[in-house]
Amino acid sequence: MDLSFNAEERAFQDEVRGFIARNLTDEMKRATALTPSVFSDPDIGMAWQRALHAQGWGAPGWPVDHGGPDWTPAQRWIFETESARAGVPNVNVMGVKMVGPVIIGFGSPEQKNFYLPRILSGEDYWCQGYSEPGSGSDLSSLKTRAVRDGDDYIINGTKIWTTHAHHANRMFALVRTSDGPRQQDGISFILIDMRTPGITTRPILTIGGDHEVNQVFFDDVRVPVANRVGEEGKGWTYGKYLLEFERGSGIASAKLREGLKAIAELAESDLTGRAIDSPDIATRISEVEVDIDALEMTELRVLAALQTGQNPGAVSSILKLRNSEIRQAVTRLGVDVIGHDALAVEPMRPLYKLNHEPAMPEEMLTVVPEYLNGRAYTIFGGTSEIQRDIIAKMMLGI
Amino acid sequence: MDLNLTDEQRLLRESAERFVAESYDADHRRKMANDPLGFSPAVWKQFAELGWLALPIAEEFGGLGGSAVEIGILAEAFGRGLVSEPYIATVVLGAALIERCGSTAQKQAILPKIADGSLKLALAHSERAARFDLAKVATTATKTAQGWRLAGSKIAVLDGHAADEIIVSAHIHDHRGPSGRIGLFLVPATAPGVAISDYERLGGGRACNIELSDAHLPEDALLGNGHDALPAIEWAVDRTMAALGAEAVGIMQVLLDTTLEYTKIRKQFGRPLSANQVIRHRLADMAVQVDEARSMALRAALKVDADPVERARAASGAKAKIGKSARFVGEQSIQLHGGMGVTEELEVGAYFKRLVAFDTLFGGSAHHYGRHARLGRTTVPA
Repeated sequence: MDLSFNAEERAFQDEVRGFIARNLTDEMKRATALTPSVFSDPDIGMAWQRALHAQGWGAPGWPVDHGGPDWTPAQRWIFETESARAGVPNVNVMGVKMVGPVIIGFGSPEQKNFYLPRILSGEDYWCQGYSEPGSGSDLSSLKTRAVRDGDDYIINGTKIWTTHAHHANRMFALVRTSDGPRQQDGISFILIDMRTPGITTRPILTIGGDHEVNQVFFDDVRVPVANRVGEEGKGWTYGKYLLEFERGSGIASAKLREGLKAIAELAESDLTGRAIDSPDIATRISEVEVDIDALEMTELRVLAALQTGQNPGAVSSILKLRNSEIRQAVTRLGVDVIGHDALAVEPMRPLYKLNHEPAMPEEMLTVVPEYLNGRAYTIFGGTSEIQRDIIAKMMLGI
Repeated sequence: MDLNLTDEQRLLRESAERFVAESYDADHRRKMANDPLGFSPAVWKQFAELGWLALPIAEEFGGLGGSAVEIGILAEAFGRGLVSEPYIATVVLGAALIERCGSTAQKQAILPKIADGSLKLALAHSERAARFDLAKVATTATKTAQGWRLAGSKIAVLDGHAADEIIVSAHIHDHRGPSGRIGLFLVPATAPGVAISDYERLGGGRACNIELSDAHLPEDALLGNGHDALPAIEWAVDRTMAALGAEAVGIMQVLLDTTLEYTKIRKQFGRPLSANQVIRHRLADMAVQVDEARSMALRAALKVDADPVERARAASGAKAKIGKSARFVGEQSIQLHGGMGVTEELEVGAYFKRLVAFDTLFGGSAHHYGRHARLGRTTVPA
């Protein structure tokens, strides 16, 4: 066992650093640092996706015959770590990390040929149609219905918490095509063009002041049956497969570390009257840093297990649970570090295009919005309570 | 970067787990708890035959040149069995300090005897007034015409009662007075002026307090050439904390497994305890913390030879985090066993007490988060 990089890995690290230095503009970097939500706005995120695609790195997790770069786990680790360290924009993960793997795993040849290149190039922007107003943690109780009419489905219902639905031109959705004996039966996985007549989108403002999520309504929306992925009624299986990618495929610790670093730098600066000189703050920074160390090591252990063909199992739920809890701990610490500056509210968005002087130093602008929006970390992608259910069932057998 | 076990490491894990499962059962533990020595010389001999006593010692001194990862593998298995042999004191702390500080003659004289099981060591460093501050030593070693005169009081000497030689830390006073350097001295357990009072240790095994009153030692009792030994002591304690962390992981895993089984069998209100979501979530949290502890112990082991700040932060981070997890897993194991968990009729309490001892040894979570913070922020990549 060895945590250090060998010569080839160091050379790859240089390659990644060189790529980032050539492509990451100051504007992208500032916009990313001043985005208090999980996702970059598409103008920033998709510009980065195009740069990655031009390099052949548009989809690090995909198999090589669909355009993946064929990296070793160590290379994947280096790429994610260097990206986080440099502060690159977030790309459209709903495309690259969620629907992409499902289409690769279960899509028809036509679907693969049509959709995958458009995800890689950034031509398509995807959103996720899972939750409904009446179906949160109990997702499989969903009621949005697709009724067969010739070669089409006619869809009626509504989806909620749809991140970036107002930017997306495509949605992947779980819809009910029949009523089975169990509520998980009769669900199908469907790809929807967001410009189809009958779709309306209502913005939902979150407590941090951001418009990130939406409610989407479907009124007699006609979608070709050819847009269904896999078999009719098997959508729950595909949907769960996707959730494992959503929860556990990422390397989150590098970003957490950068987030903590930004807070620690504030704590060490005169802007906060050197908050770090309070032993309480200094110790809490260490506690969070150690939690990140543990998560990082678990991620490395999972990478090693995947490399040897082992199945990490319910560990994706451990990663999701701890990642979300630590992210909240970082943001909570941030609010405590900036002191009285936490009282000022900046309602304008985006924060990187303000046309006035904010009430606080720019370094602090995202701190309170991130804390407030960040309450969602332990809710989306399966609440912490659902993750504990999964750990108990899959790891402990109870 | 490589995080997979080698074939040799896998074999070591298998043989250590097999040994503990076959030879270290509840009867054996009960017997050891009532034994004045607190461990079995026969088992120690087996450790020697299995090559475990030689594991971290360099090949030129009769060892196998193993790394902290292998020590961790062994320690985790020892934790599962609540092994009480003086392995940490002799092999992890003692041999490491001899190898790092000793002269070639001292290494040649001592290390092969550790490897073959004929010599046991202990480290006498902690003092009551120092609390967990490794730099604080009031014991003195004064240069005399014949050698050295040691005076002072040491506490919490792990397995000191069983040691043939005790490594004692003391401030060196030479002919010019206090030198500001800490020296390490090899003190035979039977030397005049050395009073050992041993006691039963929380969670198994034994420890002792040592009074040194004008203990006269020969010139060559000093390890090496008298350079300040504090960096070596910190280095050895950091390595030891990594090993103890792995041991704690083994203990926690047993508590988790045992408690899980109990909640499946124990019925109240007409159904197993595990049918309740509040119990399932508690067990899930315990499982998460055991997993995090495993990551931290491995991380500390992989960084024992990093630069001193990185090594110390990894060791303190692991000690603090695993200590916190150990208390949680231990306390919840008792809670979920109900009244039976508080009795000596189950082994849950013995495992819990060993975890409390682990958390306390070399300083608890608060101390180590503080040390981690004092040593500063680091963005050193993995």
